[in-house]
Amino acid sequence: MAEHAAAVAHQFDDAEQQRGAVELGIWIFLATEVMFFGGMFTAFTAYRWLYPEAFAHASRHLDVLLGGTNTVVLIGSSLTMVLAVHGAREGRRGLLLSCLALTMLLGGVFLGIKAVEWTHKWEDGLVPGLHFTLTGADAGPEELFFFLYFALTGVHALHLVIGIAVVGVILALAWRGDYTPAYHNPVEVTGLYWHFVDIVWIFLLPMLYLIGRHGA
Amino acid sequence: MAHSGPRLYVAVFAALVVLTVVTVAVSYVDLGPGSVVVALAIACSKASLVLLFFMHLRDSPGLTWLVAGGGFFWLAILIGLTMSDVMTRGWLPVAAP
Repeated sequence: MAEHAAAVAHQFDDAEQQRGAVELGIWIFLATEVMFFGGMFTAFTAYRWLYPEAFAHASRHLDVLLGGTNTVVLIGSSLTMVLAVHGAREGRRGLLLSCLALTMLLGGVFLGIKAVEWTHKWEDGLVPGLHFTLTGADAGPEELFFFLYFALTGVHALHLVIGIAVVGVILALAWRGDYTPAYHNPVEVTGLYWHFVDIVWIFLLPMLYLIGRHGA
Repeated sequence: MAHSGPRLYVAVFAALVVLTVVTVAVSYVDLGPGSVVVALAIACSKASLVLLFFMHLRDSPGLTWLVAGGGFFWLAILIGLTMSDVMTRGWLPVAAP
């Protein structure tokens, strides 16, 4: 047990207690993240209620193919992330390292597709405040939709950038051989964060891309 | 229930992809107010799959369920009370100041 004991910080009785504390800590952080995104989700819900036609019309400017593809890419990255955690639990170094690398790659693909979408929005004159060219009676609420679109997808993308950086650090530490089946809490915690970012996108897809689609 | 492992994870991934295709396809059908209900139901199903299997909530202690549930409970308060204001503003004939 000597190698396990080395990984237990002095304030914990044993590795099991430490693992429980780490897990509770990240879940509490994720609960605060629910509230962080919750404010914008609430604003979206309220304004969609107030301006249903304008929001449906604005939503049709988004590219469902790119949004749907990105959803599958992000779900795929969650699969590789959970397989990396599995590799850490089983002490399978090759699986852990390759799946962490794949997770970073898929996260990068998501951001790339997102960048393409944002570029299209700029070219179409759909960026509130800077380059917004829609006119007509509903232009105000439509600008509001795109403000929320950029705020939500922007903050989500920022979470993904942070996630990719953290997975990169974990990958380097795993490469160095820091993690064993007895101690790999950082891999588990990183996985939980990554899956949370996936869940946020699971709700953003219908909210932003799919409302009012049938009216097109 | 099946033990957590690659086979289960791939099955969950496949279910998530199928649900994504379904929610996109259904969005092109006019279900009236039902469109929002179906879209949200599918999103909640997908989120539950991620929570239970990828985030291993089903293997987690009650305290973790409490914290996770607490996050969504407070979100429900945030959205519920806000919408109870926004959705009922037209009910009383009060002139704008």
